[in-house]
Amino acid sequence: MNSDSGQTPGRVLVKGNEAVAYGAVDAGLQCYFGYPITPQNEIPEMLSTLLPEHGGSFVQAESEVGAVNMLLGAGACGVPAMVSSSSCGISLMQEGISYMAGSHIPGVIVNMSRGGPGLGDIGPSQGDYFQAVKGGGHGDHRNLVLAPATAQECYDFMFKAFTLAFVYRNPVMILGDAVVAQLKEPVRRVPPAGTNTPEYLQSLVRDQRIEGYGARGKAAAPRLLKSVYLAEGALAGRNRLLQSKYAEMRKEVLFERENVDDADLIVIAFGSMGRTARSAIHRLRKAGRNIGLFRPLTLYPFPEAALQKLAPGRRFLVVEQNIGQMVEDVRLAVNGVCPVYWHGVMPGLFVGADELVDPILRALE
Amino acid sequence: MASAKHLHPQEAETPVFDVNPVLGERATHYCPGCHHGIAHRLVSEALYELGVADKTILVASVGCSAFAYDYFNVDSVEAPHGRACAVATGIRRARPEAVVFTYQGDGDMAAIGIGESLHAANRGEKITAVFINNTVYGMTGGQMAPTTLIGQKTTTTLHGRNFHSEGGPIRLAEIMAQLQGVAHASRCALDSVKHVKEAKKAVRRAFDVQIAGLGFGFVELLSGCPTNWRMDPVSANRRIATDMIPVFPLGVFKDVKGT
Amino acid sequence: MSRIQVLEERCKGCRLCVDTCPAGVLRPSGRFNRQGYEVMEADEGCTGCASCAVMCPDTAIRVYRSVRGATA
Repeated sequence: MNSDSGQTPGRVLVKGNEAVAYGAVDAGLQCYFGYPITPQNEIPEMLSTLLPEHGGSFVQAESEVGAVNMLLGAGACGVPAMVSSSSCGISLMQEGISYMAGSHIPGVIVNMSRGGPGLGDIGPSQGDYFQAVKGGGHGDHRNLVLAPATAQECYDFMFKAFTLAFVYRNPVMILGDAVVAQLKEPVRRVPPAGTNTPEYLQSLVRDQRIEGYGARGKAAAPRLLKSVYLAEGALAGRNRLLQSKYAEMRKEVLFERENVDDADLIVIAFGSMGRTARSAIHRLRKAGRNIGLFRPLTLYPFPEAALQKLAPGRRFLVVEQNIGQMVEDVRLAVNGVCPVYWHGVMPGLFVGADELVDPILRALE
Repeated sequence: MASAKHLHPQEAETPVFDVNPVLGERATHYCPGCHHGIAHRLVSEALYELGVADKTILVASVGCSAFAYDYFNVDSVEAPHGRACAVATGIRRARPEAVVFTYQGDGDMAAIGIGESLHAANRGEKITAVFINNTVYGMTGGQMAPTTLIGQKTTTTLHGRNFHSEGGPIRLAEIMAQLQGVAHASRCALDSVKHVKEAKKAVRRAFDVQIAGLGFGFVELLSGCPTNWRMDPVSANRRIATDMIPVFPLGVFKDVKGT
Repeated sequence: MSRIQVLEERCKGCRLCVDTCPAGVLRPSGRFNRQGYEVMEADEGCTGCASCAVMCPDTAIRVYRSVRGATA
């Protein structure tokens, strides 16, 4: 079994799931709620011992519905808390995520997604892109979405995720897949420079967190976190506030660019497909082809402006492991300025760089 | 007339009944004769007597009592329909020093949220659940609840609840009493002075076991819903004794004493 | 000697107090509050048992007893 014992901080050889667990604990996680589902089981298994060792609380919930509502409760109290699951379970969590968004409650949701629709399979898939970036639940709400491609990013992004959740008091989703979750890689288990402290996170929610009003001093008034706004015009005001927050979030956009300056064709891919595309591109560049890679690290906010800047005079090819989801956002971003091609890999398949070479060459023709 | 100078006892008078500061001053939105107001008062009295209101967190549910947070002077969080016990679990784990309670109706707790409720109880979460059983969905207009009596007419059982197609009323207090994590499970009624006084003790006990760390506290309160029963408040009040108590017997089904 | 105070703007006219009063001193007043509810009023003869207040869902009733009566 995975356990903290025997591993020293520094360099560790771990799966993406294990990197998530280490990253979460090192980033100050206090409460974890989860339910078994493949391919993310190492996260709850590991945190069931690791988190209590670090003074936190681990609950194996009765369902993903239970888990996300526990997250809502812990988030309302202003403590760093998270859930993890996979596609079907994330679908069950959507109601709670919508309530959290509507109530300004921070929390981190890890989706190591699987093939769908329905029970699908446990192979790699990026079929939850729409669900993650378009809100997923009911009503106009958005999650901040981070898409790691490596175990190292799984570790590093947990710090980013908690900071964003607390700065914006909003659900933050980590969207990975079976490749990211299960691939074992060396990870530098060192908190990223400038990591925010637990005290800093608490300062961000001091005027909102629920704790019993007595904890706030003698003159404190009771507080309420809610998403219901029935009075005429009240919900409109609430939605305007949320939209202004989402506009503010746009500055958090993150992406990676490789060899784009001389590129005739830029391949756009996220997560595990970004890695596979990079290998194919390296091979083709050695053969003299001017091809670049653009990898969004945040899927929401989406790096529209960066893509708009790159679009004139180039071709884009979106490679993703679904039936065409991120390509819609790329086409919206460039708005016809350059041709946007698409290559989809069917969910559940394991593809190597070899299988991406031909589709990339076709886009160059 | 109730002018402000009459709100306090006059010279040489002492109050034999007064409200406590944990109960908010705002008049409730509940219908005339609805028992939510009595249940609210009993909860507020327990919190007041225990002196814990300033570290109490209410988890509000969905239904007529969705706005319960307007009537208690405590910190509150709104839960999605049925999920109050899961939200309370998260709060309890995040704030071990707090007093946490849910206030849920029968649709919320015994139908959509029975899974979250039973599992929080079974884990022995140190929380208190106040369960209002009025045999009907109130907020949505009187549909069948899991607690609806056999033969009871609702807007979704126009000819009366039929056991062969809709099953029978769920007795949640008895179910709760079978779970290891439950420290107190009882059922009371709010239809008479005697019953309300018993209910006050049970509500208090459901908080006592939480605060003593003994486990999950559960109290079921049989309540009237004149509007959706299509009855005047006095007749509705009488229905609790004539129709409900025979199906939902009153009593303490489990009570764990401290060591 | 006891006295019942009905806070008329809180009263919803449900009459549970009238139904429960052992001394029969409560009754509809014929007056309506701003919510449109007919409010209750009390006659002389209250024994100070507070049954009405215990049953009132709207905490619209206060009961007071004269100090001498209370200590008797």
